[in-house]
Amino acid sequence: MSADKQLLAEVADAVANCMKCGNCMEVCPLYKELKTEASVARGKIALLEAVLSGRTDITAGLDKRLAMCVSCKACTAKCPCGVKADELIIRGREAVVKARGLHPVKKAAFSLLKARALFDFGLRLAGLFGPLAFKKLPGRLATVARFPMPGLDRKRIMAPVAATPLRNQYPEVVRVDNPKLRVAFFTGCTINYIYTDVGQAVINVLKANDVEVTLPALQHCCAVPVYMSGDAELARAFARHNIETFERYDPDYIVAACGSCTMAWKHEYPQMFAADPAMKARAEKLAARVYEISQFLVDVAKFRRDNLGEVRATVTMHDPCHMARGINVTAQPREVLKAIPGLKFVEMKEPARCCGAGGSFSLAHYDVARLVNDRKVADIAQTGAATVATGCGMCRMHITDGLVQSGRSEEVVHTVQLLDRAYQAGRK
Amino acid sequence: MDRGLIDALRQAVGAEHVLTGREDLLRYAGDATPGLSRLPAAVVVPASAAEVAKVLALANEANVPVYPRGGVTGPGAGAVPPQDGIVLLTARMNRIVEIDAANLVAVAEPGVAVGDLNKAVEEFGLIYPPDPGTVATATLGGTAAENAGGLRGLKYGVSKHYVLGLEVVLADGRILHTGGKTVKDVAGYDLTKLFTGAAGTLGVITQATVKLVPAPEARQTMLAAFAGPEDAGRAIAAIIAARVIPATLEIMDGATVRAVEEYARTGLPADAAAVLLIEVDGIAEAVAKEAAKVIEALTAANAAAIRTATDAAEREKLWAARRAVLPALAGLRPAMFVADAMVPRGKVPAMIGAVKAIAARNGVTIGTFGHAGDGNLHPTVVYDSSDAAEMERVHKAMDEIAAAARELGGALSGERGGGGQLKYREDQLGPAALGAMRAIKKALDPNCILNPGKLVGECG
Ligand SMILES: Cc1cc2nc3c(=O)[nH]c(=O)nc-3n(C[C@H](O)[C@H](O)[C@H](O)COP(=O)(O)OP(=O)(O)OC[C@H]3O[C@@H](n4cnc5c(N)ncnc54)[C@H](O)[C@@H]3O)c2cc1C
Repeated sequence: MSADKQLLAEVADAVANCMKCGNCMEVCPLYKELKTEASVARGKIALLEAVLSGRTDITAGLDKRLAMCVSCKACTAKCPCGVKADELIIRGREAVVKARGLHPVKKAAFSLLKARALFDFGLRLAGLFGPLAFKKLPGRLATVARFPMPGLDRKRIMAPVAATPLRNQYPEVVRVDNPKLRVAFFTGCTINYIYTDVGQAVINVLKANDVEVTLPALQHCCAVPVYMSGDAELARAFARHNIETFERYDPDYIVAACGSCTMAWKHEYPQMFAADPAMKARAEKLAARVYEISQFLVDVAKFRRDNLGEVRATVTMHDPCHMARGINVTAQPREVLKAIPGLKFVEMKEPARCCGAGGSFSLAHYDVARLVNDRKVADIAQTGAATVATGCGMCRMHITDGLVQSGRSEEVVHTVQLLDRAYQAGRK
Repeated sequence: MDRGLIDALRQAVGAEHVLTGREDLLRYAGDATPGLSRLPAAVVVPASAAEVAKVLALANEANVPVYPRGGVTGPGAGAVPPQDGIVLLTARMNRIVEIDAANLVAVAEPGVAVGDLNKAVEEFGLIYPPDPGTVATATLGGTAAENAGGLRGLKYGVSKHYVLGLEVVLADGRILHTGGKTVKDVAGYDLTKLFTGAAGTLGVITQATVKLVPAPEARQTMLAAFAGPEDAGRAIAAIIAARVIPATLEIMDGATVRAVEEYARTGLPADAAAVLLIEVDGIAEAVAKEAAKVIEALTAANAAAIRTATDAAEREKLWAARRAVLPALAGLRPAMFVADAMVPRGKVPAMIGAVKAIAARNGVTIGTFGHAGDGNLHPTVVYDSSDAAEMERVHKAMDEIAAAARELGGALSGERGGGGQLKYREDQLGPAALGAMRAIKKALDPNCILNPGKLVGECG
């Protein structure tokens, strides 16, 4: 059997467990908009079955349909038979990459990503020259392209690339006087290169809780975008690099401020090395120490509440897919917000419903991603909140885009930024 | 298929609503029933009765079969095109047209999910009871066409008890209306009932007027464990004999109970041979009275343990066990197959006993659960398909289960697919009734383009 088909044959039983009951249609954000079988898990699993039974081949058409998934995991959470549809779809993409190679645009992007130093250099250049290409929108970390760029919708709101990446703004170890705990901060790409404000807030808040923060200099992309595209080999290379990098520091805790990055460390790295027990054990050892920032603050550091100042704001929360269904962290960010004096928290309808960002999905499928986003924007509008707190940079960028496109003015921030504001207010 | 027809369909519903890509068609080509695996030529997604009429008129003219589809949750060969043809999806006809709370009626398009309809009427204190296990995705049109019941079917009945009126597009594209908002309606033949349960063989439902009933104000949930399946059987008989009709009467056998406990630790007694989940609902006073009668019946039948839920949290706990059944069984082995068996209600314990013996005899793992109230059981086999020897035993066990169901006066629904279906129909209906049905089919769909082969067999 060819290597691509073998990848599918390994999951044949899991594929067969799908009863085609269609419960996934109820929760799939893309099916809601597109109403086609190929847009929902059940239809994609049927396509994998068709490949397995030899009724179709790994075609460009299959590639296109498997790409139509935001990896929000809603289907998997809903499935009455416990079919891990999101993983099967990624497995399908892996088979596509084996059979047909990566899509050329992705290939170019990933080969840049592959060379960590070059990637870093490129994004620093972008930070310097970005303002020439993007026009800043007043009052928020958002820009719009000044001229058409390949692969980018002209109207789409992006966030500017930071002039100085986060990790270049700090020494490798950010010391505090009497450290109670020590953590290594896995920044992830969006926080290092784009939303450095979130990274600063993470460091401020950890300092305020007497936590020493190390920013391992050689850390690299978490691998999620690559993994989800089906390039398992490259994803494993990233995972291995990150594991080796963090092992050298032997940290008590690893903290990330992004649902997807945290999920990669906690679940995907160990899974990626299923066939390599030694590496798997190393991945698991670190995975046990990994926390999302709000989870760390609430469950481990028991963050200080005695010196919080007032933050007068009405805030609602969007739970990123990988926070809600990837690592099951939804209570902790709420606990953080509810601790802030003066802050009024309003729950939105279906807070854990995907916003349509799906990492790079919204870049490749902007139209559909916008339709999904419109529902999120409507749910936000209904709350009357002026601020949306969330835990993922891609969600922040995408929701900001949706709000701007709808002529709305809510700000979108990371939960930890509001806590940072409260500590600052407390100092005044 | 003729290119001209595809172009005409595109004209009729808009080019983007006619799918012809191989990968889009594959999904509609077949299900687990072997032999039914020809690709349709196109999937058409009309948005209104007028568009459905255009599609059917075109297909009728060209003599091309049409397969209506809703949520595609129907088991077996229901809506699977066994030859080239057009799949007509109702997904875009998904508006709730009207909720007339004063008259206890809702009007909706066929593509509305039954779950969504129930969400919409909930705020008026009403429910639409025929909600199958797949409420979230089964459509109003599909459930009406299949005359579907639901988990509450024992007490609340099936779709035909709720469908008051229909808008139907006939095979030649003419649109007709049946029934209406009134409960009693005797002008002419009862066409509403004819199209309800016709499984899309006589026309395409494009709108339905359905009866709503008040949501029960109270409910009481109970769970009982038994040392033998016969005890559970006696309990079921005693509950009905006490003139209590529970809204829910679900059963799990010992193998299922152990899988659930292993998986979710819901606190079921792991040594039980059978567990019943019972829910009575209605007016608070009546519910209290009925619950007392149920407990009496359970005790008389030697229930080894009885738990009752006094609040919502406890009710949730009892239901959690039922909901954990499929994932728990799926987790036992790499693959599973859920069979669908119907037996007379009184034969439920015998069927459970038979499946248990079959599993032991063949050395395979089978958990059985289902709706004890209406005799619908799901023997669920778990296995590893890469083990050829095991697969042989699994197939043998499945055959034996089918035989056991027949022996007890029932059947496996999978058996009714394909070639076996016709034979089954003839035996069940008798030649006169089948002849009358075929005459109706011929009169309404002379070219036999609607779901040909389904329900009454190929058109002669
Ligand atoms: C896990 C599971 C549990 C289930 N539980 C139950 C249960 O408890 N009780 C029960 O009764 N059923 C149950 N079912 C069966 C199924 O959910 C029902 O048969 C349901 O009514 C099918 O609705 P659908 O929208 O999916 O129709 P489809 O599967 O799409 O179609 C079913 C049939 O109706 C026809 N049809 C669809 N739409 C129209 C239309 N607009 N006009 C004319 N004909 C049409 C089709 O041609 C086809 O023949 C279950 C199925 C599964 C997979």
